[in-house]
Amino acid sequence: MPDETKPNDPTSPEAAKPAEPKAEEKPAPPAPAEAKPAAPATPKPAAPAAAAKPPAPTAPAKPAVPTPQPWETELTARLKKKYGSGIRETSTYLGQNYLVVDRSLAHEILEILRDDEDFDYCVDVTAVHYPKKEEPFEIVWILYSFPNNMRVRVKTALPEGAEIPSVFDLWPTVDWLEREVFDMFGIKFTGHPGLKRILLPDEWKGHPLRKDYSILQQDKEWVQINLGIESGQ
Amino acid sequence: MSNFYEDIETKPAEKTFLDSSELILNMGPQHPSTHGVLRVILKLDGEKVLGTECVMGYLHRGVEKIAENRTYVQFNPYVDRMDYVAAVSNGLGYCLAVEKLLNTEAPPRAQYIRVIMTELNRIASHQVWLGTHALDIGALTPLFYTFRDREEILKIFEKYCGARLTTHAFRIGGTQYETYEGFEKDCLEFCDFFLPKCDEYEELLTTNRIWVERTKGVGVITGEECKALGVTGPVLRASGVRWDLRKAQPYSSYQDFDFEVPIGLNGDTFDRYIVRMQEMRQSVRIIRQAVEGLPEGPIMAKIPKVLKPPVGEVYVSIEAPKGELGYFIVSDGSTQPYRVRVRPPSFVNLQALDLMVRGRLVADVVAVIGTLDIVLGEIDR
Repeated sequence: MPDETKPNDPTSPEAAKPAEPKAEEKPAPPAPAEAKPAAPATPKPAAPAAAAKPPAPTAPAKPAVPTPQPWETELTARLKKKYGSGIRETSTYLGQNYLVVDRSLAHEILEILRDDEDFDYCVDVTAVHYPKKEEPFEIVWILYSFPNNMRVRVKTALPEGAEIPSVFDLWPTVDWLEREVFDMFGIKFTGHPGLKRILLPDEWKGHPLRKDYSILQQDKEWVQINLGIESGQ
Repeated sequence: MSNFYEDIETKPAEKTFLDSSELILNMGPQHPSTHGVLRVILKLDGEKVLGTECVMGYLHRGVEKIAENRTYVQFNPYVDRMDYVAAVSNGLGYCLAVEKLLNTEAPPRAQYIRVIMTELNRIASHQVWLGTHALDIGALTPLFYTFRDREEILKIFEKYCGARLTTHAFRIGGTQYETYEGFEKDCLEFCDFFLPKCDEYEELLTTNRIWVERTKGVGVITGEECKALGVTGPVLRASGVRWDLRKAQPYSSYQDFDFEVPIGLNGDTFDRYIVRMQEMRQSVRIIRQAVEGLPEGPIMAKIPKVLKPPVGEVYVSIEAPKGELGYFIVSDGSTQPYRVRVRPPSFVNLQALDLMVRGRLVADVVAVIGTLDIVLGEIDR
């Protein structure tokens, strides 16, 4: 595995992986019918084969728009075997792998990834707000494995007001990262030892990285009381 | 750490702080050794630190929110204002991330120029660290030496792109500027000039008894603790983990260069000092190779005038002077990023402060904040 890190493309360790199984997995394309949200990727049969090739040599010359490809390795096979439809999607986009998992399984799967798959470093926890979706928040964990020099992103969707189990017990590094997600999006992590605002003042109202929070918006009351000015604008 | 305030509040009312040996002390937000506006609340027993709590956000400008309201190109200069002593690295990470999103790559010449600039900036960043860290511990002289020599790097930056600190040196797809007349000469001259200076700094400190006693065995953190706390960069390497993104997942042609990743053994402040000193020498090695092998050719990839990356998301990270600097960008296919998340190394590394100073003396807090090499502009964003 370490040898694969040599080549030019930083993604090559990941890109190299799908390349192999891809051949033997040609029967796979029909299988992904497991109702994926990213189904539009699969309908055109030519695209997967065409897009699977380019990442292997070098990326620069690309004719078509890249689309997420199914990501099938031993790791995903093991997870799928264990959790079935709890793993909603396993894909690779531009050589970067990600899993979309059911929210109730998120903590368990992250624990498995840490303990059995050697993802011993949680790089980042963040969120994205899609106000139009039924489950508007997407939590993203970016994991890295020191032994395998490999990255993976785990994502899960969250409805408004729902809570998600903290992974503080797995990686203490998420302490401040989860606090920041709470600060910016108002997402609560259950089991976090001290969930409170981190960058904004404790009494601030509103969560600025939500899409419905305008860039000019502010907590006027807080500004007037604490800064003694009418407005920060 | 989290129950810190509760501990204070639940103390019996009749007891005053005079009855207790515990003392709450505010360090900062204005304090010369917190390297910016960082407030650390210390719980002390005499001079012994029982716990710490960091309060930050004084410099919060909402960089991630600004990104959602600017185009990809417009946002580029903003990233320089995060880690302002290593602005070039910030720009490199952002450009690489957007290029990845566009599924393109900078031409080789641009990649080499990027490497030269980034490594020069790594040296400049480490010089700021060394000067201020030594100053905090009580060695006044290194500050003048390092800032004097850093000036040479800033002169190269100024000649190259017109700015000294917030350089905005790179553009998405390559670099804006061709190297100036005499760029190679300036860089090589700097390499020759700098190595003896590096020895000079070491002469001042490495065998200095006060320096050694203030740093050896102070702020010890193990490799396993670093991994659990997500600590990266020189701090991780000083704890014996040979991990550098330039080697592990090379970007921007780093695989072309021959350099070593120095590590320490004890994970203490002294080892971190040695690791960073070695890193500066390795950067000189990289700069020499990059200048000598600087290929001819275009400096800008063929990218459209209006950037509209396809729908998708990427995470790209680089080895910034302080650790892993990552950008997670979500594109919705429009000219503006849907979401930009910056994974700041200083922010994550600062979490280790509590572990590193608990049970030690107040004076060690100053040494440990210095050795973590934090920049508040990056922590608060």
